[in-house]
Amino acid sequence: MKFIDEYQDSKLARRLARKIAQRSTKTIRLMEFCGGHTHAILRYGIRQLVPRTIELRSGPGCPVCVTASADLDKAIALAKLPGVIITTFGDMIRVPGSYSSLQRVRAEGADVRVVYSTIDAVEIAKANPGNSVIFIGIGFETTAPTVAASILKARHDRARNFYVLSLNKLTPPVMKALLDSGETKLDGIVCPGHVSVIIGSHPYEFIPRDYGVACVISGFEPLDILLCIDRLVEQIERGEPKVEIAYPRGVKPEGNKKARELMDDVFEIGEANWRGIGIVPGSGLKIRGKYEQFDADKVFSVSLKPSREPGGCRCGDVIRGAAIPLECQLFNKVCTPESPVGPCMVSSEGACAAYYQYGSPEGVPGL
Amino acid sequence: MCLAIPVKIVSIDGDQAETEIGGVRRRVSIVFTPEARVGDYVLLHTGYAIGVVDEAEAEETLKLLEEMASLSEVH
Repeated sequence: MKFIDEYQDSKLARRLARKIAQRSTKTIRLMEFCGGHTHAILRYGIRQLVPRTIELRSGPGCPVCVTASADLDKAIALAKLPGVIITTFGDMIRVPGSYSSLQRVRAEGADVRVVYSTIDAVEIAKANPGNSVIFIGIGFETTAPTVAASILKARHDRARNFYVLSLNKLTPPVMKALLDSGETKLDGIVCPGHVSVIIGSHPYEFIPRDYGVACVISGFEPLDILLCIDRLVEQIERGEPKVEIAYPRGVKPEGNKKARELMDDVFEIGEANWRGIGIVPGSGLKIRGKYEQFDADKVFSVSLKPSREPGGCRCGDVIRGAAIPLECQLFNKVCTPESPVGPCMVSSEGACAAYYQYGSPEGVPGL
Repeated sequence: MCLAIPVKIVSIDGDQAETEIGGVRRRVSIVFTPEARVGDYVLLHTGYAIGVVDEAEAEETLKLLEEMASLSEVH
């Protein structure tokens, strides 16, 4: 397929990896923020391809994984309300909350439906005027505009029974939170390609400026990722960290202004609760007052028991990049994709699921 | 979740477009990419085109990759 196949050439990938090895003298740690990158890196064996000087750590870039248990509990409680139809993206329904999951309450009789697009959720609302249809809005800047568009479509189509529980999150503020904590020292960040299609490259500029950490925006094919790593290594070797775009066929410095306009019309910035990190100010998207009739948080009230995390699960550490999945005692023992304990093993983008599916302890530095 | 794949626009009807990838057709919203034209490739994410693929940049990146790889052969 065009714009995919030509970036998967394995011979070229090996030659690029050799070039990276020639250039790389310092021992460095890079974080790939995005769960899509984590999967591509493991799937194409990029950990094994790059020299041992380069460690790749997964970050908090899997939207399902970073959804806090308390927020999942709220979604599950909403699903139990009479007349409610919950709509959400696929992985969300299997993630265990503190006491149940959307999948389990569906088996118990709740109406929970997986949708491919927010458009489908609005269509379900239009087809079921006697029900309240709540879309569980997860995702980063890539997806948030589509959630905004669903609210605008519901208003346009007079779907007054459509609501959104906005758990949408922003990328640069959580990067700042991780860098401020200093828990995991980073030399460079593989910045998320499709988040950047929307936000552009400017929002990352504080990272090299204030933290001295290199930032390169990457595409998702193996050659894209190797090009990104090459750029990061060059910046770090030279001691000149900056923001670079290694995915210019998709990302412009200014991003997608139209998508951001729609997002800004519907959402305002607030705090968000991240699994493993906690409340991060300015990292969440809340529905503005003028659209509050669509805001599930304003329209419905549910009482929740205190949330709790699964015992022994290190998803929180994995999300922060403080641990890799192989360091978790439960990994591949009691926690597998068939019987997942935490969300990082549930989601197809979770680091634990990626390590389980493609990973091997060989080639993982530090083990 | 942040997956987006390049699909080709075959026709446009208002803020909707008919797209094609690998022989499969799909209707997508182009509300975020009003500049998209028939023949363009757009990045499709959960039913929406989130950006237009810059074909000239795509070629440049491939050229750059080839050049970099050939340098690794020389040294």
